[in-house]
Amino acid sequence: MLTSLQGKVAASPLDDPLSLIPTLFFYGIFVVFMFYGQRLQMWVMLREVENSLYKLKYIKEEGRKITIETIKEIGKPQADPTARVDRFLEYFAIAPQSLDPAGVVWKLEHILDVRETRFKDEVKLMAPAADQTQANNLENTLEAEMALNYIYKIIRHFYLLGKKTYSLYVIMQIQMQLPLIMREAEAYASALKAFAYGQPIGDGAGALVAAKLMHGSETKKIATDCVTATVQLEGRTAYIIKAEGPGGNVGKPGDAIKTVIEENHGKIAMIVMIDAALKLEGEEVGEVAEGVGAAIGGPGVDQFKIEESVLKYHIPLHAVIIREDVGDAVSGMRKEIVDATDTAIERIKQLILERTKEGDKVIIAGIGNTIGVGQ
Amino acid sequence: MEETANNGKVKIPMFVLLGMVVILALCLTAIFWAVQIFYSSPEDQGAQTWAGWLLLGGVLALAVATYALFQIRRKMSSLRIEIPPITTTVECRKCGFKNVRAFQRGDYIFKEGERCQKCNNNTLITAIYREIKDKEKQKF
Repeated sequence: MLTSLQGKVAASPLDDPLSLIPTLFFYGIFVVFMFYGQRLQMWVMLREVENSLYKLKYIKEEGRKITIETIKEIGKPQADPTARVDRFLEYFAIAPQSLDPAGVVWKLEHILDVRETRFKDEVKLMAPAADQTQANNLENTLEAEMALNYIYKIIRHFYLLGKKTYSLYVIMQIQMQLPLIMREAEAYASALKAFAYGQPIGDGAGALVAAKLMHGSETKKIATDCVTATVQLEGRTAYIIKAEGPGGNVGKPGDAIKTVIEENHGKIAMIVMIDAALKLEGEEVGEVAEGVGAAIGGPGVDQFKIEESVLKYHIPLHAVIIREDVGDAVSGMRKEIVDATDTAIERIKQLILERTKEGDKVIIAGIGNTIGVGQ
Repeated sequence: MEETANNGKVKIPMFVLLGMVVILALCLTAIFWAVQIFYSSPEDQGAQTWAGWLLLGGVLALAVATYALFQIRRKMSSLRIEIPPITTTVECRKCGFKNVRAFQRGDYIFKEGERCQKCNNNTLITAIYREIKDKEKQKF
């Protein structure tokens, strides 16, 4: 072949028209890329989004199946709950108007309360035989499936819109975010099983710290789905607060902290909040860090209430966080996080010893979903 | 493209599989033909050139088809939702004996567990977790 090609170098292309083929082919590619380059790029992006969409559809369908099976198994409903589950997945909540921001927190809290009540009622209707713990777990399972359904619909929307409009920028904005969105979807998929079985999740790190501190002491209900226990810690009186477990629950720690402060007429030397926090890439799972401020996520209602309460009495607010991935936060608790809870307890004790006097009163609030964690 | 069957398993459509088989067969035929031309007519320059193109095309198409097959396999494995096993640690309150077993529905941390195998006292579930194998150490 090499000999034959060498022979053709000196010869005219007209002598052998076959030698023109590769030249024309490369010119053709050049012209195609010049006029249709963007189209091709768009086609490649669309294919990528389409592949992820297939995966999302699969995850969503699997999640739906797990949810329905769990409801049937635990809730023993009289009728098939499929239609009710499908209706539930389309449920939405409209955020309050914030043109005049004064009082928006209370409006948001009211909407969230109505949503929570409605969810609990729906779960009761879907699974009449489920006890309180199981009903909470089912509610969490349904919420994870709702999140998956929503992600799928958003990606599908941009995919179809991109296909319809042939706009590179519509497709590009979703394609660029796709790796992060897929990570979140995969995390919710593994969360579904954890919720269905009532396994502790990474987000419950704070609740586990509080549970370890209050275990063996008498607990009392202090706010909606929240419990407190009074324990002696390093010669101080510590009010330990956590959501009531072992059902999937975050409670209302804002109300609980406020109540304890008011019951003690503001005579609280320090508040320590423990929560799971998202780690940056490169940081280790289970790393414990300290800081100040209200360590609490969610829509912001509880954070607002805690900040208002501590400001009223000028109580120092400290935070201890346990770092983890977004995937770890909603899936089964990793061993590193379980081990980190002991480190967090040591840090809390150190903080109390350094910053308060003997006989002082402190509040220790373990924040997060207490699924699979008793007290 | 893959499809999700009703039983949750992922299957590749028949026409995609058929297409792959046809492409692979054509590639192998082209390569076989090229080799045959090379040896049957070593003097004919035109035939040699054709054989060269045929060989090049066949090998390229074979590479693309193999790559596509591997891609489909990779995608199929990525479609599965992997749930790592969850472990429950049960500890005896008196003698401190630890029993590590697989998670069972209804387990929760600080739940009273079964009787201790050693001293027959009450046990307590002290931890429920999943273990992930260590990934490669990061440089930064």
